[in-house]
Amino acid sequence: MKEPLLTLSGVHTHIGPYHILQGVDLVVPKGGVSVLLGRNGAGKTTTLRTIMGLWQASEGTILFEGQDITKLPTPEISRAGIAFVPEDMGIFTDLTVAENMTLAAARGPLDPDRLEWIKTLFPPIRTFWESSAGTLSGGQKQMLSVARAIIEPRKLILIDEPTKGLAPAIIKAMSDALLELKETDTTILLVEQNFSMASAVGDTVSVMDDGHIVHAGEMAELAGDARMQERLMGLSLEAHQ
Amino acid sequence: MSDTTIKPRIEKAPVLERITTALPIALVPVLAVLGFVAIGDPAAWLTLTVAGLAMGLMIFIMASGLTVVFGLMDVINFGHGAFISVGAFVGFSILIWLGGWTASSSVFLNLAAVFLAILVSMVATGLMGYAFERVIVMPVYGQHLKQILVTMGGLIVAQQLIHVFWGPDEIHVARPESLRGSIVIGEAAIEKYRLVAVGIGVALFLAMRHVLKSTKIGLLVRAGVENGEMVEALGYRIRRLFLIVFMVGSALAGLGGVMWGLYQETITAHMGSEIMVLVFIVVIIGGLGSVEGCFIGALLVGLLSNYTAFLAPKVALVSTIALMVIILMWRPQGLYPVVKAK
Amino acid sequence: MLKTLLSGDNPRSKVLSLVLLAVVISLALAPFLFPGTKSLETAARICIFIVLVASYDLLLGYAGIVSFAHTMFFGIGAYGTALALSATGPTFLSILWGTGAGVVIAAAFALAIGLFSLRVKAIFFAMVTLAVASAFAIAVSQASWLTGGEDGLNYRIPRELTPAFKLLPDKVFGVRINGKLLNYYLVFFSSAILFIVMLRIVNSPFGRTLQAVRDNAFRAEAIGYRVIWYRTTATVLSAVMAALAGSLLAIWLRYTGPATTLSMEIMIDILLMVVIGGMGTMYGAILGATIFILAQTYLQNLMGVAADATSFVPFISHLVEPERWLLWLGVLFILSVYFFPSGIVGRLREMKS
Repeated sequence: MKEPLLTLSGVHTHIGPYHILQGVDLVVPKGGVSVLLGRNGAGKTTTLRTIMGLWQASEGTILFEGQDITKLPTPEISRAGIAFVPEDMGIFTDLTVAENMTLAAARGPLDPDRLEWIKTLFPPIRTFWESSAGTLSGGQKQMLSVARAIIEPRKLILIDEPTKGLAPAIIKAMSDALLELKETDTTILLVEQNFSMASAVGDTVSVMDDGHIVHAGEMAELAGDARMQERLMGLSLEAHQ
Repeated sequence: MSDTTIKPRIEKAPVLERITTALPIALVPVLAVLGFVAIGDPAAWLTLTVAGLAMGLMIFIMASGLTVVFGLMDVINFGHGAFISVGAFVGFSILIWLGGWTASSSVFLNLAAVFLAILVSMVATGLMGYAFERVIVMPVYGQHLKQILVTMGGLIVAQQLIHVFWGPDEIHVARPESLRGSIVIGEAAIEKYRLVAVGIGVALFLAMRHVLKSTKIGLLVRAGVENGEMVEALGYRIRRLFLIVFMVGSALAGLGGVMWGLYQETITAHMGSEIMVLVFIVVIIGGLGSVEGCFIGALLVGLLSNYTAFLAPKVALVSTIALMVIILMWRPQGLYPVVKAK
Repeated sequence: MLKTLLSGDNPRSKVLSLVLLAVVISLALAPFLFPGTKSLETAARICIFIVLVASYDLLLGYAGIVSFAHTMFFGIGAYGTALALSATGPTFLSILWGTGAGVVIAAAFALAIGLFSLRVKAIFFAMVTLAVASAFAIAVSQASWLTGGEDGLNYRIPRELTPAFKLLPDKVFGVRINGKLLNYYLVFFSSAILFIVMLRIVNSPFGRTLQAVRDNAFRAEAIGYRVIWYRTTATVLSAVMAALAGSLLAIWLRYTGPATTLSMEIMIDILLMVVIGGMGTMYGAILGATIFILAQTYLQNLMGVAADATSFVPFISHLVEPERWLLWLGVLFILSVYFFPSGIVGRLREMKS
């Protein structure tokens, strides 16, 4: 097993009166794509938001590169090298694509080479550069959201269901982009319900249910073991359109 | 609790969207034309229109900070009027202190005195905004009820402190020599000061627009109004941004206070809370959080107040309430509702 | 019996019970305990403001809604009664229909504003009510043909409620038993009844749901309560109570004008009374109104002494001038909101435990 980049130990998160995460232990190894599977309501989004500091863990610790980030405010966590692509994409629709990208480069001006690479990865970014982000289609917004996350080199990117509600062609493009991202030294923690996508890009996999991690292992192992899939299928893999 | 927090997004046709976005802007000329028809006398109409624009722009200056502060952090400062009053009193003190300049017949010295008065009062109200945010507002983030109560308490204290420093009586403010009187265009007499007010107001609006559209801090403000969480996730400290915006908004209220004091030629500790009624109406009409909406709302209220003051003096304020009700029936969230992802 | 009267919502603190008892007895026997016109005026004012502040607490403390239009409803009640007495003569019938009309109009206004602006946000409602109330105050002061403008209305009230009406030929405990006394007890008992009714409302199932809505509107909605309906009803009830308080004021003072009913100053006073007394406690209204009005009437003299005593320190003497008492109340108000949001009542209750 490679050295861990991010480690959650016994993390509990409450939202109002609800106890969502009930002791999550999760290890994200350095490099590659880790996939987090689980049915709706299992706590996947909450896990990502807790890592990002958008919701406070009430118990447990989150270590990133050995540093305790559990209590850090969100901007500090971001500056430590973690980017976040939320489920609703978090696009600033009032701003142009260019302005969205400018803001995403929080530590300095846009790097032209990196931008060129991103524009090749996601051609719509080039096409709609000057357009208002609000006029983009759902898939284009998703691309913009991922593009924002990688405009500066990051150590870890949290991506929440990037294929949700997207057409198969765009899912393909997205999955290609993730595969290309894997080649850089960026680690990805991906929440995904689409198993074919998840198994295509994932290296390791964790399955969540009811606020716990119920399975953790290599993706190849899960993909090759029909019975294990079936056992976890009921938990994690709802019929995806 | 479900993981799916995504809301259905309705994509409008861009053309239609552009028309509905542009519609509110058209309200201002429409109102001006209606005013012209109702008043009938071109000279009177011109005088009133300039007066209305001057008033509207001054209200815009005072209201803009309030609406951005709301948009960014969901905070409505009911004590905003305190900055208006304090700004007016500080400006007045500076003008008294520069009595030699204001009494001189040199336009340059007159404007320099006004400029200095504005500058000092903006600095003073900006600093006061800092203290207000740290002491009064910060402990009650996210709690609307307490926020309203506490900022109201801040207003009471600030008004009383004005009494302590400047005495309880209303004070007459003399305009500098060259800003007195009117110039005559055709048959219409237009007060010079109103033209100056329009000039400052327009310049300020353009500057604000520039900052919001073309600087990183402006982008951050606009992004923060839409989705503060995402701004934080990108690595920006939104609290600090908010403090800056709060201070700038307070300074703008101070500026508005100086201008309003020179416009009315009298100042009282309560002037701020009285103007706040119009400011709130403007902010509601524009849509909480929207600078463009606030601008249009302010012009509409300014024009309407002046037209009705001429046509039917007794219903001036009631007419602005009626305008608010009509606009809310048309668009329940105001002219430009700010999309909140929070 | 007392428990039923208080709807089972006891003061729950020995000190608080004693203080409340002292206030109630003092008010009940005010004409005999504190003879003199000024003290009777003060006592009547306290009674009326207890109702007014309690009705505001119903909205602010129990429903969690901030309104700046409470004086508007207070004013509508006062003007309703005043106009009726001016128009149809000083009879009890005039009082009846004037009060009735005031209540109906206040309720209609409250319903309209509630339905119109409670859907959105608390802040929105606060802003709308502030604007509407200001416009209303100005409209009233400008409609001088009807309302007497800034000067207000002077009118006669039924003779039975004036000093000219003698009930007994002799004084009792040195107090004349006349119409003025009757008038005071009309105010006192009406206020007492209205207060008890409000206590009943907040302790009814409706009142409890209201608090659930206040604490978690989202959840209450999810359980199936129609939040908007509860909030609007609370607004209407509170407006009706305020209007009734206004009628009492109109009868007591024989004068109704913008400064005594509609002004923003009174709105601020109510806010101070309810917060300092204790939000969401009802009893806070009794303490808040009593302390505030006593302070308003008598504390200023005390501060005058302090200002004289410190007159050699230029700045300090300005701070303790009698006119500056609102400054200190404002500071107290802010501290209350931060540190003891349940006000004096809350403090007293905590002391017990």
